[in-house]
Amino acid sequence: MNAAEEKHPVAATQAAEAPQWEHYSKCIHCGLCLNACPTYRLLGVEMDSPRGRIYQMIQVEQGRLRLGKPYAHHMDLCLNCRACETACPSGVEYGRLVEAARSEIERAYRRPWAERWARKFFFDYLLPSRRRLEMAGNVLRMFQRSGLEKALLTSGVLKIMPGRMDAVARLAPRMEKPFFTDWLGRVIPASGGRRYRVAFFAGCIANLAFARLNEATVRLLARNGCEVVIPKAQGCCGALHVHAGLRDTARQLAVANITAFAREGVDAIITNTAGCGAVLKEYPILFERADREWHEPAKGFSARVKDVTEFLASIDFCQDFAPVKARATYQDPCHLLHAQRIRSAPRKLLAAIPGLDLVELKEAEICCGSAGIYNVVQNEMAERLLAAKMRRIDETGADMILTANPGCLLQLRAGVARSTQNQRRVLHVVELLDEAGRKQELT
Amino acid sequence: MKSPPLIRELVRATNTEAVLWRAEDLLLYEYDALSVMRQPEAVVFPTTTEEVVRVVGIAAQQGVSVIPRGAGTGLSGGATVAERGILIALSRMNKIVEIDLENQRARVQPGVVNLDLSRAVEDAGYYFAPDPSSQKACTLGGNVAENSGGPHTLAYGVTTHHALGLEIVLSDGDVIHTGAKFWDRPGYDLTGVVVGSEGTLGIVTEITVRLCRLPEAVKTLLAIFDRVLDATRTVAAITARGITPAALEMMDGFTLRAVEAATGAGYPIDSAAVLLIEVEGLREAVEEQAQAIEAVCRENSAREVRCARSEEERALLWKGRKNAFGALGRIAPNYYVQDGVIPRTRLPEMLEFTAEVEKRYALRIGNIFHAGDGNLHPLIMFDARDRSECERVVRAARDLIAKCVEMGGSITGEHGVGVEKNELMPLIFSEDDLEMQRRIKGVFNPSGLFNPGKVLPTGKMCGELRIQIGAGA
Repeated sequence: MNAAEEKHPVAATQAAEAPQWEHYSKCIHCGLCLNACPTYRLLGVEMDSPRGRIYQMIQVEQGRLRLGKPYAHHMDLCLNCRACETACPSGVEYGRLVEAARSEIERAYRRPWAERWARKFFFDYLLPSRRRLEMAGNVLRMFQRSGLEKALLTSGVLKIMPGRMDAVARLAPRMEKPFFTDWLGRVIPASGGRRYRVAFFAGCIANLAFARLNEATVRLLARNGCEVVIPKAQGCCGALHVHAGLRDTARQLAVANITAFAREGVDAIITNTAGCGAVLKEYPILFERADREWHEPAKGFSARVKDVTEFLASIDFCQDFAPVKARATYQDPCHLLHAQRIRSAPRKLLAAIPGLDLVELKEAEICCGSAGIYNVVQNEMAERLLAAKMRRIDETGADMILTANPGCLLQLRAGVARSTQNQRRVLHVVELLDEAGRKQELT
Repeated sequence: MKSPPLIRELVRATNTEAVLWRAEDLLLYEYDALSVMRQPEAVVFPTTTEEVVRVVGIAAQQGVSVIPRGAGTGLSGGATVAERGILIALSRMNKIVEIDLENQRARVQPGVVNLDLSRAVEDAGYYFAPDPSSQKACTLGGNVAENSGGPHTLAYGVTTHHALGLEIVLSDGDVIHTGAKFWDRPGYDLTGVVVGSEGTLGIVTEITVRLCRLPEAVKTLLAIFDRVLDATRTVAAITARGITPAALEMMDGFTLRAVEAATGAGYPIDSAAVLLIEVEGLREAVEEQAQAIEAVCRENSAREVRCARSEEERALLWKGRKNAFGALGRIAPNYYVQDGVIPRTRLPEMLEFTAEVEKRYALRIGNIFHAGDGNLHPLIMFDARDRSECERVVRAARDLIAKCVEMGGSITGEHGVGVEKNELMPLIFSEDDLEMQRRIKGVFNPSGLFNPGKVLPTGKMCGELRIQIGAGA
């Protein structure tokens, strides 16, 4: 063992967040998860399967396996898509296990310095601060508008850079001015009579890169009789932190959000982002073994969180849509389907649009490779998953690709951009509903 | 860390990405779905038959045995290492080579997942009939090795009825082809010999399978009983009327409560047992059969007979059944599933005996049967941290199997012999029977290179179940 891999002193609460017997003992190593796992499907090795990852966690705990680089590698390579949870007959909560394992890795394993620095900048400095995010967004926007980005991408300079810079740079989202940050703190009245009062969870990067999607979401909610509160003090949900094992920061962000939304008497807290929604619904888990006093408030908060498709499908939603003449297919976002178990809601909403021919996508339950920032940090694997996804999409003959999560949108748009087939629109379900609804109002 | 010479040769025969040999990787190949065994000395992932030939050649030359492995979902330890050896993992040989719909055939590599084959041909109206509960993960190569069955075995038979031809790498590196796309090739039925041989005769590198047409109509009934005895009696009563359902499954109350918690399929949690019965075929015939079955159920005191009203409802009922083993993982940290066969007429008696065993050893046993073909899956629940309980589990399993044999049944229906039951083989075979099997093995695998210590008794633990309950996880 080299010095860099020596264990660090253990903080009591963090040690308690390692994978727990009560959770991993549910795994009976039957292997029914294997073919549901995107990394196993591509690599075919146990180490990169859900069953194998759980087995490794157990061996680490029992001292048969060192908590070192290979272990960290296999845990990092997991997309945390949680398709294995859907496949698992024993009810193993794999997401919780891998998140705990990553928190333990964070405590006991020292990553290479460049990785540590990049993680610190992104997770601790950038994401938690709206001001810094906005500054970064402005810089990126200038870069994109000046033509510098295009020049860089077409020059081929990035192709000779190490670490797949070229592929990663192509994933950078468009910065959408005006940013949605202007809307924070506002209350949008319901159009028609007020039937519900809901709060909108705006996200962090989405305020900059999905400003139009956020606006469409608020408009659609208002059109469905919702008065929409957008609390100003809200911030990043902490999902990326939880996935990366940074539970202390995640807890700070959670506390900020629980407090920000606690003041609002609302029927539901709505998000259009499946990854955020999943963690918002699981805030109580963060407070099971640390900061226990927040456990109850977290439960109260999480009970009100709803994905926008889930909420709309549960009410008598406005079905007054202009016809959309398109053949479309729908890719299930993993954190909607597997983490939140929402499958029928988006399909029910889409079925209400006249003219829309929805073709089921084979393997729609398999991750597209986006997975938060996975497509940046594990670009090679993400690219292979995207290629497989695009082949399945091509088979459908769809001219419109729908999904329900911004991360998936970015990934699928990157897939369409490099496809040799016709360019196809890639939309959030909400965007299409908003578009078809507004068109109908104009006619 | 420098790789040993064996590893360097294996890499030369394949490529660096295709060989695992570091301790932290081999650790992950000491288990399958049954238990924890030994670690292999290497795991090789060939992608072509030629690579398999080269790997087998190296193993033969170096005197290490070779164990084939698919997805490692087996329940008798067949894909784990019993003595010493390298694993040939076939998960990357997962191409469907040819689909010939006109002739209802497909040629596949052994690593293709069972359900993936059915999915690939479902739009055209076909499927691969053998449907083990692990079908969403298990491989066709594994199905061939274990001669797997499933709920629909009752009407469609097991893998041997659907595997028509094989490409096999022998221990001397020769590649032979058995069978063909068509039925009834002259000469000895070597396909039939190799299917179910659990990797002890050779490494299967390609399989020609039969594809079945999806039925015009399917009807799935759920018969609910307040007494287990009534459910078991109904099974023989149905077949006695000359009806062969496509599937006829039984779950007891204990099991279906866990299943219901796992899937929410609508299984009645207050009942003592249910029968899940499926009939399929032409629309009119299916209707008639369903009515006849419902009548038999009612005659045998079924409280209620439900019919799945939609494809979703049907799929959910089957999801519940197929996930039943795992669902019991919610109740106790570990379970040991037994796999025995009895004549279906003796189900009531067998269930009484199981209840006795449960009491005798102070254990909880869930009962899931492929009732139609008398294939039992008692699931013995335990906590591996309790040593005394582990011992009782093995003794209970031994008693259950002995009872199956006594009733004129078998020590395994579909999970295979593997390392678990090879010492039990003398319970159902005479010494002459076993000698004939040994001689056949000697013809294919004279040096004992392939999967040693499996299927045939080694004589080391005569008459005992060879399973280490509670080892590892």
